[in-house]
Amino acid sequence: MTNHWVDIKNADLVLVMGGNAAEAHPCGFKWVVEAKASRKAKLVVVDPRFTRSAAVSDFYAPIRAGSDIAFLGGVIHYLLANDKIHHEYVKAFTNAAFLINDGFQFENGLFSGYDAAKRKYDNATWQYQIDGQGFVKIDETLQSPNCVFQIMKRHYARYTPEVVSQVTGTPRADFLKICEMIAETAAPNRTMTICYALGWTQHTVGSQNIRTMAMIQLLLGNLGMAGGGINALRGHANVQGITDQCLYSEVLPGYLSAPADADKTREEYLAKRTPKPLRPNQMNFPQNFPKWHTSLMKAWYGSAAKVENGFCYDWLPKKDAAYDVLALFERMHQGKMNGFVCQGFNPLASVSHKAKVSAGLAKLKFLVVIDPLATETAEFWKDYGEFNPADPAAIQTEVFRLPSTCFAEQDGSFTNSGRVIQWHWKAADGPGEARSDLDIIGGLFARLRALYAQDGGAFPDPVLGLAWPYRIPRQPHPEEVAMEINGKALADVTDPKDPTKVLAKAGEQLAGFAQLRDDGSTASGNWIYCGMWSQAGNLTARRDPADLTGLGQTLNWGFAWPANRRILYNRASCDLAGKPWDPSRAVIKWDGAKWGGNDIPDMRPDARPEEGVMPFIMNPEGVARLFAPERMVDGPLPEHYEPFETPLDGNPMHPNNPKAVSNPAARVYPGDLETFAKAKEFPYVATTYRLVEHFHFWTKHSLLNAITQPQQFVEIGEELAREKGIANGDRVRVRSTRGQIVAVAVVTKRLRTLEVDGRKIHTVGMPIHWGFRGVTHPGYITNTLTPFVGDANSQTPEFKAFLVNIEKA
Amino acid sequence: MNVTRRQFLKVTAAGLGSSSLAMLGFSPQPTLAEIRNFKLARTTETRNTCPYCSVSCGVLIYSLGDKSKNARAEIVHIEGDPDNPVNRGTLCPKGAGLLDMIHSANRLKHPEVREPGASEWKRITWDEALDRIARHMKADRDAQFIKTNADGVTVNRWNTTGFLASSAASNEAGYLTHKVLRGLGVVTLDTQARI
Repeated sequence: MTNHWVDIKNADLVLVMGGNAAEAHPCGFKWVVEAKASRKAKLVVVDPRFTRSAAVSDFYAPIRAGSDIAFLGGVIHYLLANDKIHHEYVKAFTNAAFLINDGFQFENGLFSGYDAAKRKYDNATWQYQIDGQGFVKIDETLQSPNCVFQIMKRHYARYTPEVVSQVTGTPRADFLKICEMIAETAAPNRTMTICYALGWTQHTVGSQNIRTMAMIQLLLGNLGMAGGGINALRGHANVQGITDQCLYSEVLPGYLSAPADADKTREEYLAKRTPKPLRPNQMNFPQNFPKWHTSLMKAWYGSAAKVENGFCYDWLPKKDAAYDVLALFERMHQGKMNGFVCQGFNPLASVSHKAKVSAGLAKLKFLVVIDPLATETAEFWKDYGEFNPADPAAIQTEVFRLPSTCFAEQDGSFTNSGRVIQWHWKAADGPGEARSDLDIIGGLFARLRALYAQDGGAFPDPVLGLAWPYRIPRQPHPEEVAMEINGKALADVTDPKDPTKVLAKAGEQLAGFAQLRDDGSTASGNWIYCGMWSQAGNLTARRDPADLTGLGQTLNWGFAWPANRRILYNRASCDLAGKPWDPSRAVIKWDGAKWGGNDIPDMRPDARPEEGVMPFIMNPEGVARLFAPERMVDGPLPEHYEPFETPLDGNPMHPNNPKAVSNPAARVYPGDLETFAKAKEFPYVATTYRLVEHFHFWTKHSLLNAITQPQQFVEIGEELAREKGIANGDRVRVRSTRGQIVAVAVVTKRLRTLEVDGRKIHTVGMPIHWGFRGVTHPGYITNTLTPFVGDANSQTPEFKAFLVNIEKA
Repeated sequence: MNVTRRQFLKVTAAGLGSSSLAMLGFSPQPTLAEIRNFKLARTTETRNTCPYCSVSCGVLIYSLGDKSKNARAEIVHIEGDPDNPVNRGTLCPKGAGLLDMIHSANRLKHPEVREPGASEWKRITWDEALDRIARHMKADRDAQFIKTNADGVTVNRWNTTGFLASSAASNEAGYLTHKVLRGLGVVTLDTQARI
């Protein structure tokens, strides 16, 4: 979230789309209810299903699963065509006025630079025009045909209300009503917030779904405002924290892009990641990359990391290919993996195409499952009849199952989706011999290190040299690790403006990332968390619920990264002179000498407004990108593409281009393309979803939750039920090209039949929460049905829109 | 006037609200007010966070015992933390069942192995489990480690043993896991957070 849970109460309009907060995040949704009660805010819900969020909305519209960009692109068109944008904000705080390369084109569904054989774009033509000083050329009149504003206007001119309705199935009048409500927040003192979750991410256009919404929020001037922002509600209690610790291949902790084969030396690596400002006077905050990276190397490799050896740069593995979860299971399926460890992760249930995942696991030499509960993954080899047919004798994988403690049985910090890090305390020991994740990893590493010390082996240096300063090496304490994540001074850290002034003495905990250095004098395991445990102690354990701001900021409750800032980009809540757009909800303001107010300013505190330092400090241009010259692999502007399994004959936006049916830059593995269904055989759109009584595949082990929702079901609308002769309570078989499940049919009015591109589209809703282990009735793993393809940028699988057939079982 | 809890319930069931009872000048014996205290009086309160969705609601966990050495604490009750600025004491139907997840019959209690081709689990000790896993990992790493790529660039990677990390682990566990994995040269790592 750019903002946070309580801040939702400051909104005038709440859009819930790509999520269902009332059921998936009930205690956070209370702030939507609060906004409605106290501010007379309106709630709009757009969803394929009339969810419980919809049930308390002021306005609901149905949409076909997988057509969100068509809807949101239509909103952009509406805002531009009716001049409902926040002009001053758009002109100053976005790249609307920036000029793009003459060679940029969008034709017949494809952007310039497409290589169909590789399914990849070369983004050379998407770049800014640069002047002699290295700055981007701009046209303040916004009239140049090459400026972002005009390119965007042309691009979305095609998204008329008629086209939107044709593609999404949303009735035209409903769509226009929502556009009008959204457009009202273009006023500087009106804000809209957006609450989305997996309903937007789990598509092959997932990242672009969210980008489209971010563009809308920028056009309306809602980013940086109290009650505004882009708010991903997200999954587990620490899904945000684990994302921040970056347990994925592409990045190191704090989103530092990991080295790849092309980054031969430390110098090349740092140079590529340390941008120069693209406009005069901008903060260009990523210019500090070398400080963050060097401090990480000191936290990891300690005294072994020296200037002479490039701070152990070569000890870091370099990445040569994609290793996201789909790529890992693809490699496993090809027999290229020997070992695998699942730590609190149940991929047999939660990754798409169960049969492929299961076949991959069977090819491993060893599998280790670390979990508090008996998961399906740990027993992929065991025969559970119709729910998991298997022949153990034929599977040679050696499987270890290690009991771990759960949240109640350990100390540590979790980061909520509003970026607030909160400490929690152990209440009891785990059952039997269960150990904490820290103890398990510590114990395993201690053994590996001893084996390398004793026997040697492949490149033992980083194994033996890894900094391990924990008092009990086999059991690193959560507090020790939290202090390491924050970081400390290794030598006196002085003020660059006044070297006689010591900011942190050697050995002291650092107060924030401004104190990090690139000369090896500081260590910090995660620069964005720097400040969580300063000399003042563990700030994540702070429990002062007082809200002196009236906005719900509670600045002394826990610690929000970065720098305890609660609303990101908050400089954008003020006009160019530093006055809040809405004084009644002022986040910060310029007081004549410095920035301050109800939040930690997302701006250099002494940056006078007339210096023109823009709010989006993480971009070298200082402004937000309506048009993305880089970082998006599938285009600089979002475009509607069909799900890989589409109920239509093609993409109605580009009916004559077979290359532009589904995301042209999404990765598809050989063998998987053949499994994608055609609408003729599998005519119904399936979408997975979650129930208020259950959490993923976890609560099926909890009796109370099992009692409230004991049995697997699928939900269909009345019209489809009539067509197929299915009655409420009948058992039905749902098939995709990858497998089938059998469940009870629940026939409701919540899933409407939609009119899309001249035909009727029925939707089958599938709650995901069952499996062959648990205290519920056993059920099928829903991901038996889902396609093995992910978002072009994030590789998040397309769980939310695929094709099935259904009949009475 | 001496009123037991049972009598009091009878009286109120007959139509008298508790406030009007108080107005009549008598109130029930302390046993009534202690219904809740009775349950939690001997417990220790611990502040924690619900592990389910990322609203990350504050919870209060009540356990028997005072957490002293040799006194095994047992969690008997969990409720929302009223101080928490986000959930303000509430829990949803997922979080309301936390106690049953902690005490689920499906909690794992000791390390186990399923040998190749076997059809059942076998209990083993932690030492055996971690020793065997460490040896498997070392054997694979030593055999598969890539020191330089085809162009002679130092790459120091190991990509034949993969790791999936949990979104339910703490920041500290996640960070340490990341540190160890990169230290071993692992590039084949991903997280639940992606999906």
